[in-house]
Amino acid sequence: MSKYLLNKFLFMVDRDPELVERYRSEPGELVAWWEAECANTVLNCHTGEASTWLRFDDVEREALATHDHVKLFELGAHPFLTLTLFIALFERDNTEPLEYQKSYGARLAHFSMPYPDIAT
Amino acid sequence: MASIVAVIASTHHPFYYRASTATGEDRPPFADEWTRKILAFRETLTRARPDVLVMVGSDHFHQLWLDNMPQFLVGKAPHYDANWYNEEREFGLPRMLLKGQEDLSGHILRAGLDAGFDLAFSNELRIDHSITCPIITLRPEADLPIVPIYTNIFAPPLPQPKRFVQLGQSIRDIVESWPSHLRVAVIGTGHLSLELGGPRQFGPHGPDPEFDQRAVEWIANGDLDECLREVTLDSLHSPGNATHGFMDFMLMMGVAGAGVKADYVDTLDLFHTMEAYFTWYPNGAPT
Repeated sequence: MSKYLLNKFLFMVDRDPELVERYRSEPGELVAWWEAECANTVLNCHTGEASTWLRFDDVEREALATHDHVKLFELGAHPFLTLTLFIALFERDNTEPLEYQKSYGARLAHFSMPYPDIAT
Repeated sequence: MASIVAVIASTHHPFYYRASTATGEDRPPFADEWTRKILAFRETLTRARPDVLVMVGSDHFHQLWLDNMPQFLVGKAPHYDANWYNEEREFGLPRMLLKGQEDLSGHILRAGLDAGFDLAFSNELRIDHSITCPIITLRPEADLPIVPIYTNIFAPPLPQPKRFVQLGQSIRDIVESWPSHLRVAVIGTGHLSLELGGPRQFGPHGPDPEFDQRAVEWIANGDLDECLREVTLDSLHSPGNATHGFMDFMLMMGVAGAGVKADYVDTLDLFHTMEAYFTWYPNGAPT
């Protein structure tokens, strides 16, 4: 299990408008492409160098591919990263202010303290 | 030597810019009161006539990332671009360009390292809303040079609360030892109780109003003893999962000094989180 890699996916997709749209419309394909092409990118380095060992496990891959933010919370993905990206994906469908943000919280209502550990 | 003409601690609410500039049907019902409070808060800085702003905040996974995460970082650059695509997208924040005060950055880095803080530095730092929000609220002209100082309140393992206080105390001493005639304001932003991405987010008020009330009293009275007794890295999970940002308020209490009451205190109970604004005048209130 790699909370770091989940966070890296959320971080890299969130900062790229094109990837945000691809993740909204074709999440399974985007996750597969990202894991193959981007997961081992060493950020903040010159291109041409990469890591060799980073991959999702099946649970993580499924959670991302199904937009399952409740599972991501359970797995310890950083809640700020998940929230920010998912607002970008779905806030546009709101019919009233904060509708998505409130329903996002409501879907997590079964969690009590302490929340899943987010330390990486 | 330089003088610290104001110490300011504030929440940084990224929705203020959009709320305060919205008109007609888009203007939220709380915008007028919020704007009034911000204008009064802004006056506390304006009256101090600062030349330079030391800005304490925290990167929200914009430039600083888990492959190379500093605990405390000082910007040292002639300019700082500011705000990021996802902040434009979610909050409507404008792109900004701020001037840097490199001489003071260098002084803080040298003196901080010599005082036992192994500060990281950045010569190319794009800053985010933890620093631009107080620019927008307190100095919207964005005309003064800054020294940005980032703290890690976001990506565990985090430094202990007392370390934030100690850094604040050192920043006070270090700025006051800067060989300059310039007038410096130290401004830092954090959070009271806050939940982001968890079940208690976006409620009708902050997730823990009782914590907020105690926290405002600690800050307003400079009650570092009680605050340090009550606040631990573990305890900060209870008021809300993003409440570790309160440690930047503790840093600012360190700058202001133990037992020193704030000269200006104001709060605003908003949905999602409580706003809180504090100003100290170390050399007496300006006339």
